[in-house]
Amino acid sequence: MTTTATGASEHDGHDEHDPAHEHHKFLAHHFDTPVQQFDSGKLGTWLFLTTEILLFSGLFCAYAVYRANHPQVFEFAHQYLDKRLGALNTIVLIFSSFTMAWGVRAAQLGKKNLCVTLLAITIACGAVFMCVKYVEYKAKWQEKLFPGANYNPTEMPKTDISEEKAAGKLAADEAKLPEVATTPAPAADLMKTVAPAMNTAPDGHIFEGSSIARAPVGPHSLNPDWVASENSRLRREEASVARHEPMDEPNNVQIFFSIYFMMTGLHGIHVLAGMCLIFWVLLRANRGEFGPEYFSPVDFVGLYWHVVDLVWIFLFPLLYLIT
Amino acid sequence: MAQVHETPSPADEHHVGHVVPFKILFAVFAALTLLTLITVGASYIDFGELNLIVALVIAVIKASLVVLFFMHLRWDRPFNAIVFVGCLIFVAIFLGFALIDTTQYHHSIFTEQAPGMKAHIPMKAEKLPG
Amino acid sequence: MTTITPDLARHGGNVPFDNYLTHSHGLKSWLFSLDHKRIGVMYLIAVLLSFLAGGIFAMMIRTQLLFPDGAIFTTQAVYKHYNQMFTLHGAIMVFLVLVPGIPSALGNFTLPIMLGAKDVAFPRLNLFSFWLYLIGAAFAIASILIGAVDTGWTFYTPYSVDTETAVSCLVFGVFILGFSSILTGMNFIVTIHKLRPPGMTWFRMPLFLWATYATAIIQVLATPVLGITLLLLIMERVLHIGIFNPAYGGDPVLFQHFFWFYSHPAVYIMILPAMGVMSEVVSTFSRKHIFGYRFIALSSIAIAVIAFLVWGHHMFPNGQSTMLATIFSFLTMLVAIPSAIKVWNWLATMYRGSIDLKTPMCYALAFLFLFSIGGLTGVFLGTLSTDVHLHDTYFVIAHFHYVMFGGTLIGFLAGLHYWWPKMTGKMYNEFAGRVGCALVFVGFNLTFLPQFVMGSLGMPRRYATYLPVFQPYHVMSTMGAYLQFIGFAFTAAYLLHSVFKGKKAPANPWGSATLEWTCTSPPPHDNFKKTPSVGDPYDHSDIVWDTEVEGYVHDPSLAPTSPSSH
Repeated sequence: MTTTATGASEHDGHDEHDPAHEHHKFLAHHFDTPVQQFDSGKLGTWLFLTTEILLFSGLFCAYAVYRANHPQVFEFAHQYLDKRLGALNTIVLIFSSFTMAWGVRAAQLGKKNLCVTLLAITIACGAVFMCVKYVEYKAKWQEKLFPGANYNPTEMPKTDISEEKAAGKLAADEAKLPEVATTPAPAADLMKTVAPAMNTAPDGHIFEGSSIARAPVGPHSLNPDWVASENSRLRREEASVARHEPMDEPNNVQIFFSIYFMMTGLHGIHVLAGMCLIFWVLLRANRGEFGPEYFSPVDFVGLYWHVVDLVWIFLFPLLYLIT
Repeated sequence: MAQVHETPSPADEHHVGHVVPFKILFAVFAALTLLTLITVGASYIDFGELNLIVALVIAVIKASLVVLFFMHLRWDRPFNAIVFVGCLIFVAIFLGFALIDTTQYHHSIFTEQAPGMKAHIPMKAEKLPG
Repeated sequence: MTTITPDLARHGGNVPFDNYLTHSHGLKSWLFSLDHKRIGVMYLIAVLLSFLAGGIFAMMIRTQLLFPDGAIFTTQAVYKHYNQMFTLHGAIMVFLVLVPGIPSALGNFTLPIMLGAKDVAFPRLNLFSFWLYLIGAAFAIASILIGAVDTGWTFYTPYSVDTETAVSCLVFGVFILGFSSILTGMNFIVTIHKLRPPGMTWFRMPLFLWATYATAIIQVLATPVLGITLLLLIMERVLHIGIFNPAYGGDPVLFQHFFWFYSHPAVYIMILPAMGVMSEVVSTFSRKHIFGYRFIALSSIAIAVIAFLVWGHHMFPNGQSTMLATIFSFLTMLVAIPSAIKVWNWLATMYRGSIDLKTPMCYALAFLFLFSIGGLTGVFLGTLSTDVHLHDTYFVIAHFHYVMFGGTLIGFLAGLHYWWPKMTGKMYNEFAGRVGCALVFVGFNLTFLPQFVMGSLGMPRRYATYLPVFQPYHVMSTMGAYLQFIGFAFTAAYLLHSVFKGKKAPANPWGSATLEWTCTSPPPHDNFKKTPSVGDPYDHSDIVWDTEVEGYVHDPSLAPTSPSSH
């Protein structure tokens, strides 16, 4: 029984008379039974994992908000990401979750060597994940696909269509596509799509031709020329997406990369932290500390690792598999 | 005593937790791999409005498998599951309200290139010939 | 049936025996202690020092506002320093005093003993929480030295992204403090779930523990979102990622959603433990069973849940959509209901009770008055049409000081005076205690009542100068602040005096029936030699005054008369 973090042990008459503490040397002084200690540790771990999930929830919120309101940014920018590397990383993490769960089972059964091997494989999978991540990040760096202010790529992304075209796979008549009408649609159209509230009173009454409709709201007044050009730009974008044509780059694509780097970056930091924790547990397993009566560190670190996997299970389709 | 009404069974003395059978672990791994391939395959098919929903449904199935079996919630004390589900409810509240608000006011925010991004001009795509 | 522990019978409470204070010596034995009581005391010292720092900034704010053109910062060039004053006052008070105050300082000490346990579930995590508090505080102090932040404690973008003050440093300190809070919350939840003694079912727990439990739920769920918000703010400043900065395509209102998703539940982290203290103090000093136990217990959980549904009421005129503003306004009205339930139950407890106006009870009565005013003025702010006029005025400042100071801090002082004999083993001078309470109460009202009037007349908040028409209110407010300072200095003086020269405290000076009063004052190192058995925590029928011990004891010949749980 320790009373200080430095491990200096103090006399306590309580332990001498308590069979539970004599029998289980890993049982802390303030717990009465191993089951109570294990249950407490498990509940504590689940509470910690909920804090991790809520930490990522901020980023998922930012993702949801920006994707809902700038869908064309996400449709365009995700093309810069390599689906195959993303899928590889997903399989690697799933496999590492499998080996981790198996490792917990091995610790519970007292199979020391198997446990150590499985934990080592799990760490190796984490390392593979980070290497693939490095490859991806390096590609972004080279293409100047930075988050936020520094975003400045010079090349368009490779799309499925442009690749097929380059490989000469597209049939000749497929390559001939009708021209999109580029005449601007009526200004009233834009009022409905872009700025419906600008000339609508809270009770739904629409102001036609009043000074309120012309009043500057936000950074633009309802200048008909601006309205017309915005309208035609939006229609062109929609049309090219419908034809599966390579998109023009929309405005503010840097938002996607900010979210991408924040999400994968924070996730990557958690992978590294997880690898360190698993390594610590591996050392303890190697010393033979775990068995049927006591394996909680393996179990709880395993839970953490599974949450890291869980986050990636959502990150992958959300960032890489946008259609 | 752990809880007022609980008496540890003889099995609890030495096994403080349930041991997951290997078959289940492997089956879950196989299912997760299969679902990953399915979700990648589905990304090549255009479901229109449902694209995001399809991807998320598959992700939720995968996540459920990980949580129930790898993370042991299937056999754990129910309160741990309540903690996890409770967390998700609050995430939903956060995302829900933020989404409602931003989609309501987003039309009134400018759609042009942000003023701090003068260094980068959005590129035009190469159009297909003809 | 509660029993007297052997130590008590032998020593009768006046004990020169081994207790947690004397158990080991030296700075290392404190800084590396795993004993929740020592950790609680260290937190208490740190929180009180932070309160002093925050209070000094408050004095500077109030002094500045004595004259319309400023008393300390008098020219345009230096008005920005006023922004730094109120930012630091707010950040220190919120993150270093109010959020950790009752849970970490008083709760750490009291929770395990009140529960009948030997320690919290994770003692090492508890110590780590305390070190995180110190590290976070260090970053906050460092930020003051390298370029004090001037954004307001709310760090709204885009100004917090553009300003050249040390935002990243302070924000990182707050990030670390957030983890201290999370780990404490986790510890408390597991302790209450798993370490209750035989016989202590959920509805036999003292209400302070229900309050702490509800607080811990909020700490665990809300604080991580603050963490990610602050992390993104630092990334915004360092990498210009543009999530919250419109210059790069970002959304500043989204920052406010992120920020207030934590910061509104945070105010319930502050008030719930104070309400827990109230339940204990009011019942003990009315010598009556708490009225409506289940209602108070469940209303704590209700507050914790509804707390997460109302954050938009901080953002009504800030660009939030009308639809969501309406939804939030409606939900805000709901959150008042469980708070009101508690207030009525405390009043009902006092009704026909035998009121003993000891210092903790004086603070409790102050709480009832001040918190009610604070809560009722919140209704004007929650109503959309009136909030348009009152937002960002002194009305808001007065409202939140009434709830946070008049609620949380007064509750903290009540709890401090209530558990002081248990923590230190000494009694403070009762008369001095009441005088201190009166000084703080009068000073507080003098400071903040005029601010309601000023605010509704249009005085904006966070302004270094103002129109001369507001000067009388500001002068009254500042005089009140000086009176408060005297009151707090006086309180600190008699409390410190009691540590050295106070009368030795019996185990149960107040006659409470909860478990922490069954062990000695101060408690022994491991709290209880054997697990105590549990009865009704509010049944005072078998507790009598013993003149030999000069304290209350359980009389085994008197059986408890009231039913054991409601």
